[in-house]
Amino acid sequence: MKLAIKLAYRNLIGAGLRTWLNVLVLSFSFVIIIWLNGVMKGWDYQAKNDMTHYEIGAGQYWHQDYDPFDPFTLAESHAPVPAAFKKEIDNGNMIAILKVQGSIFPQGRMLPVVLRGIDPKQGILKIPTHQLDTVTDAIPAIIGGMMAQSAKLKKGDRVIIRWRDDNGTFDATEILISEIFSSNVPSAEANQVYLSMKTLQDMMLLPEHATILTFADAHEPRPDISGWVHKPRHVLTKQVDDMIKTKTAGQSIMYGILLLLAMLAIFDTQVLSIFRRQKEIGTYVALGYTRKEVVMLFTVEGSMHAVLAAMAATIYGLPFLLWQAKVGWTMPIDTSQFGMAIAQTLYPVYTVGLVLTTVLLVTLTTAVVSYLPSRKIAKMNPTEALRGKLQ
Amino acid sequence: MAFINTTTFSQPNANALLEKVDENMASENRISESTMIIHGRRDSRTITARTWSVGTEKSFTEYLSPAREQGTKMLKLEDQLWIYSPSTDRTIQISGHMLRQSVMGSDLSYEDMMDTRKLTDVYDARLEGEETIGGRPTWVVHLQARVDDIAYHSRKIWIDTERYVPLKEELFAKSGQLLKQTTFSEVKQIDGRWFPTAMRFKDMLKQGDGTEFIITSIQFNQDIPEHMFTKAVLRR
Repeated sequence: MKLAIKLAYRNLIGAGLRTWLNVLVLSFSFVIIIWLNGVMKGWDYQAKNDMTHYEIGAGQYWHQDYDPFDPFTLAESHAPVPAAFKKEIDNGNMIAILKVQGSIFPQGRMLPVVLRGIDPKQGILKIPTHQLDTVTDAIPAIIGGMMAQSAKLKKGDRVIIRWRDDNGTFDATEILISEIFSSNVPSAEANQVYLSMKTLQDMMLLPEHATILTFADAHEPRPDISGWVHKPRHVLTKQVDDMIKTKTAGQSIMYGILLLLAMLAIFDTQVLSIFRRQKEIGTYVALGYTRKEVVMLFTVEGSMHAVLAAMAATIYGLPFLLWQAKVGWTMPIDTSQFGMAIAQTLYPVYTVGLVLTTVLLVTLTTAVVSYLPSRKIAKMNPTEALRGKLQ
Repeated sequence: MAFINTTTFSQPNANALLEKVDENMASENRISESTMIIHGRRDSRTITARTWSVGTEKSFTEYLSPAREQGTKMLKLEDQLWIYSPSTDRTIQISGHMLRQSVMGSDLSYEDMMDTRKLTDVYDARLEGEETIGGRPTWVVHLQARVDDIAYHSRKIWIDTERYVPLKEELFAKSGQLLKQTTFSEVKQIDGRWFPTAMRFKDMLKQGDGTEFIITSIQFNQDIPEHMFTKAVLRR
């Protein structure tokens, strides 16, 4: 085997430009596969991290009638906070959020919004709710960057909101935008206006009512509470998982094509080698090599492309991948309209598993592709091979 | 002292004023043709319709133009509302929160048309004073809700002192914020009663010129067949 590797290495280096072209194409596959998978992993990490910090915490309880995709359910999807959670809320490990429909009128335009009541003193979500404690003549409110962009609002602006209380009576008042936050989580930002929980409950005539309960501790046993549905973190992030799965499937077509090109080149090289090096094969057999050993020699030679490609990829790919992890990849289109948690700039995350899997996948594929044409050697007549006769 | 007494006696009772307005505005039934002009931010749309109604409980409207709305029909029976759309050949019931949606993109919501309760049943009326609107002297009546389940917490109505028709109405939020304003004009005498044939509805929180509603023809107390107010008429 050692000899086979030595011979294979010499043969490969001896082939010159042909080897290096193959190695270059294969090394591209390495770098692209690792980079794209890294971007996907980075997105997965960023999306779930941002969702945890700005929207879902470690999990939630939803009112049984609450449907985030149907704003019409908001009017009925609230109830008094269950007594079982009072202690957890008092300890700051759970926050109650009330969501109701309303309208905002920036520059005389009417925009439907969801008014969210949240405790200004909460510490579970990174939303700067302490700004809701500001004392002003208008009700202090916080909005996300996406909402600020669509409503053309900035910090310090005053705008009228209109809502209907629990009896259906219209009410309207002025709010002051006391802070604008940025989270990359559209569901926490788009068309959402955050008010102090107490203020919203008073406005709605719904004291102690909530729509969602977000908790901080995922390990605490979560009992079934009548009228409320427990939503663990993995259920709330399922949309991200599904999207990444779909995107990864789409991307694997790209790697497939890239790998196919590399493998085609290696396959051709192998076929050409076997065709042109019949005398050499005959000599090996004449010197006492079994056919199996000759097949092994050629397979190792082909597979060594992957090893050289991995080395080449390390030389130019490693700095590129590290640089990308630092500066990130900024998407050329506006991601705020995607409707799901995605940052404008994605920072790739590379794991040992990802690198090892990629190396293993490419090396194995290369080995198989190198072996397939080599099988022909086993059928060769050594005498004919020595004479260089075409078989 | 004598002056104060004279003034007090010359002011009518606010509830009586509303009753008089009701006599002009309400009828056993009516058939009308109307034009609704919805002024948007960029352009205006004109929609014409024919309406048959009995009291405030039953009403059937057929949209005549533009082509996109032609054939759309709306049936209201008590607190239920159905809309038939010819393009989908389907009848849908507008209920719950859908009633809060705007009618054909106008400044009116379905719900604005649905409240059939008499103002005097749900509001406490108080005469606030006198004002002149468009050269006509009016009484200003302030209405304060006395029930909880009501859309507008208070209203203000300017009533023509001679013709007993409203010339202006303002709807307020609980906070006192003015939400909607309706102005009435083109008051004509029809079948012995005064009736405003042009109205302009304006959502005061929104920019724009609001929605104009012009009654091009109206007939009171006609013989309307009962089948006009059945769901079967929607698909006819």
